[in-house]
Amino acid sequence: MAVPTLEDFMARAYAMELEAHERYAQFAEQLDTHNNRAVAEMFRKLSHIESLHARRILEAMQWPSLPALPPTPGWESAEAPETAPQDAVHYLMQPWHALEIALRCELQAQKYYEDIAAGDAPPGVRKAALEMADEEREHVRLVRDWMRRVPQPEAGWDEDPDPPRAPG
Amino acid sequence: MNAPAAATLCAPKDFKSDTKPVWCPGCGDYSVLSAITKALAALELRPENVAVVSGIGCSSRIPAYTACYGFHGVHGRALPVATGLKVARPDLTVLVASGDGDGYSIGGNHFLHACRRNVDLTYIVMDNHVYGMTKGQPSPTTEPGWSSKLAPGGTGLREFHPLVIALASGANFIARAYSGDPNGCAALIAEAVRHPGFSFVEVLSPCVTFRPEQREWKTRAHPAAVEPTDDPGRAARRLMTDDGFNIGVLYKGARPPYGAARAPAQSLEELAWPFRL
Repeated sequence: MAVPTLEDFMARAYAMELEAHERYAQFAEQLDTHNNRAVAEMFRKLSHIESLHARRILEAMQWPSLPALPPTPGWESAEAPETAPQDAVHYLMQPWHALEIALRCELQAQKYYEDIAAGDAPPGVRKAALEMADEEREHVRLVRDWMRRVPQPEAGWDEDPDPPRAPG
Repeated sequence: MNAPAAATLCAPKDFKSDTKPVWCPGCGDYSVLSAITKALAALELRPENVAVVSGIGCSSRIPAYTACYGFHGVHGRALPVATGLKVARPDLTVLVASGDGDGYSIGGNHFLHACRRNVDLTYIVMDNHVYGMTKGQPSPTTEPGWSSKLAPGGTGLREFHPLVIALASGANFIARAYSGDPNGCAALIAEAVRHPGFSFVEVLSPCVTFRPEQREWKTRAHPAAVEPTDDPGRAARRLMTDDGFNIGVLYKGARPPYGAARAPAQSLEELAWPFRL
């Protein structure tokens, strides 16, 4: 994974946080529409946290606004490692599930930065990647802690007494 | 329409309306909406220069969710409406949104003739192989063996192959996208808009409610291993052997688009002259 400069690396990090923020905001809207307010609220919080991370990158780099994003994103998957897949949500999901999604995304982000830190990027980039990996590790710890405080869903949480699809 | 001030570039959010989509959580159509807005922003268009026309179905709700001009038309009739609009207003960028039921069944005949006419439109079909809005009936692209309460044992009918049909009918640009890759989908839509003539983008867009097994499409979708061709014969061979999950531009023709209306050969008075009383 070629990351030539610190600016390029941080622009990618910014794009990653922004994409995660937008996806969680979309999820919040989707669950709001389906009257699953508790999960919508959880996604709104996650979206807000990601927007703070994005802003912190802008401040750290002293960029006044959106930097020119690299034409090639630099990750192997279709979307950034911290972005939850569009189909990760369910209309009956519970707040714990939202945190489970967030945990998966934070772990992927941590691995992304660890891989860069262990790779052959310039020393400045590797140092920054190491710091970002540490931050993501802290996020993982926080999400795990959060999950312990949220009720775990019981078996059959997705059973709908009036399902949209009649069994075939 | 609350368009941003002139001379500023629009961001994807500027193409979204205040109306919140009512699709099921996890539906692929959310990604297609996002891809459309990203594509329009990348093309440096403005909402007031774009029209989004649709028919009926889950996917056809898209015009309401954009800040562009929109027309939520009659079932299967999005393409005739869009054709008329583009011919009358060639300055507008006209996108047409549809689904596999609306576009290939109810509007199947219009699909053939829109390809043949080659008017400069971009036709985006969100294909989930099912009628989602009406609770899960098989559509033209449903696999013959897909069994459900509404079609026990499956229909036993061969699927419709939209890309092959589009090529045979004269579409000038044929691509397949996957909603699980909204950025890639946006790039393909932008390329389709840029290409003159009738551009057809089939988007594999899973229905998580009636076809939850389509979540597995993420393991099947793959980039097309070949460069786009402008040779219809080569494209036909490719599309006939296609696995249905090749993502990318599969055909880029050079047929000139349907031109602007010529000046009438006779004036209205001259035409009326033989019928005078």
